[in-house]
Amino acid sequence: MKSIEELEKIRKETLEKVNLRKDRNGIRITVGMATCGIAAGARPVMMAILDELGKRNITDVVVAETGCIGMCKYEPMVDVYVPGQEKVTYIKVDENKARQIVAEHVVNGHPIKEWTISSVE
Amino acid sequence: MKELSLYILDIAQNSIKAGAKNISIKLEIDHKKDFMKVSIEDDGCGMDDELLKKAFDPFTTTRKERKVGLGLPFFKELALQCGGDAKIRSQKGVGTYVEGTFKLSSIDLIPIGDIPSTIISLIVSNSDVDVSFEIMSDGRKFSFNTLDIKKLLNGVKITEPSVLRWLIEYLEENINCVMEV
Repeated sequence: MKSIEELEKIRKETLEKVNLRKDRNGIRITVGMATCGIAAGARPVMMAILDELGKRNITDVVVAETGCIGMCKYEPMVDVYVPGQEKVTYIKVDENKARQIVAEHVVNGHPIKEWTISSVE
Repeated sequence: MKELSLYILDIAQNSIKAGAKNISIKLEIDHKKDFMKVSIEDDGCGMDDELLKKAFDPFTTTRKERKVGLGLPFFKELALQCGGDAKIRSQKGVGTYVEGTFKLSSIDLIPIGDIPSTIISLIVSNSDVDVSFEIMSDGRKFSFNTLDIKKLLNGVKITEPSVLRWLIEYLEENINCVMEV
């Protein structure tokens, strides 16, 4: 059973890592979390993104939510912001796609064009 | 939506949009009374009487991107289907309280679902917002508050992957423990 006491251990370990961290890449990922997004499966998408980043020990990517942008039929939608580049909007994302977006776009720097909004509009 | 926890996430997202600093989610389960109550309370901007009166109306929304707002109507519909009801109280500048009641024996009741994922999603959505969660099930109780966790973390962000991973397991274990029949 997990206890609150364990948190202190995690705090110490994480603090050591944070102090070593120099790479501030400023990448930001947002997941549409309005009623439309949630109903379409935004929560497992967000959890998959967090899990994939965690597995890869990527700690300098900000994950947040965004509201509805009026394109509810394309939810779940995920935006990836890389500094100096145009925002990329992925549509109809599921857990698998979310993991691949982290691997290909966030880690390797190659947006997956077939899954973006520009492939349909 | 297939899980009650998704409805909770949806309504709590309203709280975030309303600029809440604190969101309190409570879940009360009583098998003897065939009763479940879910409540979400925030200290966000609240609503004036005019908006409050229309809060469960699907053609009410504060958004400009679309003309419908289905979060609260869905929640009320589900409660009504399950032999219960939904209520809302709000005061401009003070906050909003939403409550749904359900009959546990209702054939239309959906699973409570993944509460830890809902809480983690809220924490990540806006890590400045503090989320408290309390579950009471047939006399057993578990409560959780991000404020306490942040104090213990003392300088380490609650959104660090190692912390989130621990939180998921901590919440899963404790919630399962309380809900065990």
